[in-house]
Amino acid sequence: MTTARLKYLLAAAAALVLQPLCWAGEGPFFITYTHQMEEPGNLEFAFKTVMGKPDGGNRFFGTVAEFEYGVTGWWTSELYLDGQATRREGALFTGYRWENRFRLLSHEHWINPVLYLEFENINGADKSLLEIVNHDGQEALGSPNAEARFEKKREMEAKLILGSYVKGWTIAENFIAEKNVRHAPFEFGYAVGVSRPLAMAARPDRCNFCAENVQVGVELYGGLGTHEQFGVGGTSHYIAPTVAWTLASGTTLRISPGFGTTGTSAGYLLRFGVSYEAAQFGRAARNLFRGGRP
Amino acid sequence: MSTLRIGCFLAAIGIAAAGGGALVQSAPAIAAKLQNPLESDEHAPPAGAKLYARECASCHGVNREGRRNAPSLNRPAVQAAAPGTLFWVLRNGSLHRGMPSFAHLPEAQRWQIVTYLRGR
Repeated sequence: MTTARLKYLLAAAAALVLQPLCWAGEGPFFITYTHQMEEPGNLEFAFKTVMGKPDGGNRFFGTVAEFEYGVTGWWTSELYLDGQATRREGALFTGYRWENRFRLLSHEHWINPVLYLEFENINGADKSLLEIVNHDGQEALGSPNAEARFEKKREMEAKLILGSYVKGWTIAENFIAEKNVRHAPFEFGYAVGVSRPLAMAARPDRCNFCAENVQVGVELYGGLGTHEQFGVGGTSHYIAPTVAWTLASGTTLRISPGFGTTGTSAGYLLRFGVSYEAAQFGRAARNLFRGGRP
Repeated sequence: MSTLRIGCFLAAIGIAAAGGGALVQSAPAIAAKLQNPLESDEHAPPAGAKLYARECASCHGVNREGRRNAPSLNRPAVQAAAPGTLFWVLRNGSLHRGMPSFAHLPEAQRWQIVTYLRGR
């Protein structure tokens, strides 16, 4: 590694460490997107893990590392690095995803649309379960890593995200369309979620254990088949209560047990995650590269 | 050419000077009629200060003094704005100017921030 490259890496790391943390405030959802965008210049880090055990398969942990950056007020870009570990089969890196979300209306309305576009380059062993489409089910989750890892999945995914805030409630609906760039039909899925904080007004003091820091909700998500076989027959669906707790420092912890509601769904999925956000990371990084203070 | 440069320079100064005031002025007149339900709540200003530090200070500065891309909130245009107007700005933001929407905060918390902003 050259000295210049090392200097840039150290500068970026310093910018990250020196920046104040701020509230991620994204709500308790794991699967459902709301219309909330990342604040311009902020960088959010998150780790999300899903644990499950398909019938006849081994227990697995699917994990994603997520880097979300607010490019502008209406454009948020996000990089995911996926990996998984399966009992008795080892751990592996399964690929990456790059997503972009574009807010379509500048002002807040009753229903606020956001367009989501993503490119995925993952393999068949990926078990992050960030969305359920087509007839995805526990059969695929039970495939041995030694075989599944050789299946390449280069896919484009689009979502129409609709979000509303009504009297403290967050309501979001996502419609998903996915297409392998080489073959396979268009695949469809959905996710809907409702959440609200336990308290609407903030307390005057800085607190960890106060109701305003806790959000509760429920998500419902599943597959809708393909353009050739559209519908819910033979598809997987889950219902998942979810809780998010944001500490006074800004770190958010989330947990969500999910329950499969059809025979093709995995019976039980447990999701948990942690996220934190560096305020104005972009500005600090630019200043560091220009020789200024972070 | 020099006339064009001077014109651009003056326009840039004008836009910069307008800053936060222009965003406040972009709120519809009906927004100003909204009453702050927490106006007389003694907990609202300190709670608003806490929320300001959490949500706004990274851009507008710890003392509301403003930074390069975010105007000072101590400006007369902001201080003189009706509570409902500030509430409208918090709800809608101005996505093309880099001011995010804070509609994800419950209404009570947005009113707490407004109460704090108008507190001095």
